[in-house]
Amino acid sequence: MTAIAKPAGPQRRRTRPLAQACLYAVLGALALVYIFPFLVQVATSFKPDAEAAANTVALIPQTFTFAAYDRLFAHSDFPLWFANSAVVTVAATLGRVFFASLAGYALARLRFRGRSLVFALIVAVMAVPSVVLLIPKFLVLNQLGLYDSYAGMIVPLLVDAAGVFIMKNFFESIPVSIEEQARIDGAGPFRTYWSVVLPMARPALVTIVILSFQGSWNELSHFIVATQSPELTTLTKGVASLSSGQLSQGTQYPVKLAAAAIMTIPVAILFFVFQKHIVNKSEGAVKG
Amino acid sequence: MTLAPQTPRRTGSSSGPARTGPARRARRGEGTAGWLFTLPVIVILGLFLLVPVLMALWVSFSDWTGRGSPLAPGVGFVGLDNYAEITSGGGLPERDFGLAMRNNAWYVLLVVPLQTGLSLFLAVLVNRAVLRGRGFFRTAFYFPSVTSSVAITVLWMFLFSSSGAVNQVLSWVGLSGPNWFNDPRGIVHVALSSIGVDSGPAALTGSDALGVTWWDWLSGPSVAMSAFILMAVFTTSGTFMLLFIAALQNIGPEIDEAGLMDGASAWQRFWRLTLPQLRPTLFTVLTLGLIGCWQVFDQIYTGTQGAPGKTTLTPAYLSYEAAFRDQRWGQGAAISFILFAVIVAFTLFQRWALRERDGERRFRKTANGGAP
Repeated sequence: MTAIAKPAGPQRRRTRPLAQACLYAVLGALALVYIFPFLVQVATSFKPDAEAAANTVALIPQTFTFAAYDRLFAHSDFPLWFANSAVVTVAATLGRVFFASLAGYALARLRFRGRSLVFALIVAVMAVPSVVLLIPKFLVLNQLGLYDSYAGMIVPLLVDAAGVFIMKNFFESIPVSIEEQARIDGAGPFRTYWSVVLPMARPALVTIVILSFQGSWNELSHFIVATQSPELTTLTKGVASLSSGQLSQGTQYPVKLAAAAIMTIPVAILFFVFQKHIVNKSEGAVKG
Repeated sequence: MTLAPQTPRRTGSSSGPARTGPARRARRGEGTAGWLFTLPVIVILGLFLLVPVLMALWVSFSDWTGRGSPLAPGVGFVGLDNYAEITSGGGLPERDFGLAMRNNAWYVLLVVPLQTGLSLFLAVLVNRAVLRGRGFFRTAFYFPSVTSSVAITVLWMFLFSSSGAVNQVLSWVGLSGPNWFNDPRGIVHVALSSIGVDSGPAALTGSDALGVTWWDWLSGPSVAMSAFILMAVFTTSGTFMLLFIAALQNIGPEIDEAGLMDGASAWQRFWRLTLPQLRPTLFTVLTLGLIGCWQVFDQIYTGTQGAPGKTTLTPAYLSYEAAFRDQRWGQGAAISFILFAVIVAFTLFQRWALRERDGERRFRKTANGGAP
């Protein structure tokens, strides 16, 4: 309180302890609101069914049990869903990193007729809302005979326009001189791209990896319209079916919440590993 | 890294008219490489974006019933029939579409301002220069954004169940919460009935749009939809907060300090000095928010499938349901194109509403600096 009584110069006004305390109190309360649901989720997944329904807030289970996890891993298709999601996500991420950087490089550096048209089309495609594509995607997959197959799940996810856009912007921001040296030394465009440009593009490639991993892992609507057989169910589709009541009886919250918690782990790991990068990425996106 | 020798090379690379033979040959190679490099992207985007959209456009004008190919000769062209059926048919499809638009309009109306306001608020708090533990708070607020909508919906159904955590916390302060996801009452109607108004005036109940009376249009989002609204704010505020933090960090402290010297209060400095500089980011956040909010699908599919009383039905989910469950493909496709048009219209309107008033600014500049 003494700080307020002092003659308030510009510097002093910024560090009033009371204001600081308020700031931390508000932030702390908000952080609690944001974190608490996830704590409840994890806690509930270790409770028996009856306790989960009766006491929904307690963070420490009275009876600690692995029953929900045991049921998921030993007595359900959950491991299969997880494997399907992993296969699709890895394939889609590899594809996007390669195709987006390749096309981004061409659009940024190589001079060819129709380049600006191609770029304009890619930007236009970015504006099409994905929900509009639900029915159309099914029609085309069906027409091509890709419906209900791994190919139908993966191929449409191999490319995304936003990734091409990010890579193009990145290549335009790095100096051209090193590539020119390689070209003078006789390297063709692909060699220049592969062994000179790509190693320099690591920060942008990490961005693409994060975006496409998160996007493919969390994708739901594409898999709904692209598949129907149980063997091709992904985590998102499987957990959604758990939620909309395909369990035999009761609410069975521990099983549902355990499933949701496990499907969050891979993206959470990705998030914590690349945390610094994610924060900087959004900065770059605004600047660019 | 000496700069001097590289300068002439750089000048040489910018396409001058005087080019030697080998260089021109290299450029021709570039042409082929350019097309080869972009080919995978063009083929896949074309095949799974452009062709599908055209095909769906055809389906929305056809009487295809889902059997065989929509391009088969037996499929007939019906003009605007599908569009007419959902916008003025007078039957169930029209009423469902009206309800879906009502629900989603309220969703947009509440989510967009709330998520923008909250994310800006969080960004300003986290961005305080003296703050310790900034990384922790940033992580806490951003974390919900990385989780999948399916996982969050499952969690939300649990938190907002009748005896769930939310209602338990409410009971600590003496409130008894509603049975969230089973409560179809609109929140405006609930508020009105608490002051004794239980039915609307004849002017509102007597006439309707898209098969839904005006009284029902004004019901507000249902209690169930309100839970989804809170979820959307919870999951998106972190992403948008990062965008605002980045923008705030790009603003130098000079202008703010000048305002401080002039005796402006923190409140005035924020509204008059900081906010105008955030206009481009504000535009990005509002646009992304708006586009996202009109596409609510995952949450509805996972959570409520439109229940209770069709009050969480959204156009995106209705389009899916009409096509894949009821085999009314033409109507489903028509709904998605109407939705597309709505999104485009809103984006354009927003761009117009938030435009830089360039004329004014240039005029002021000339008036100040141009006078002799």
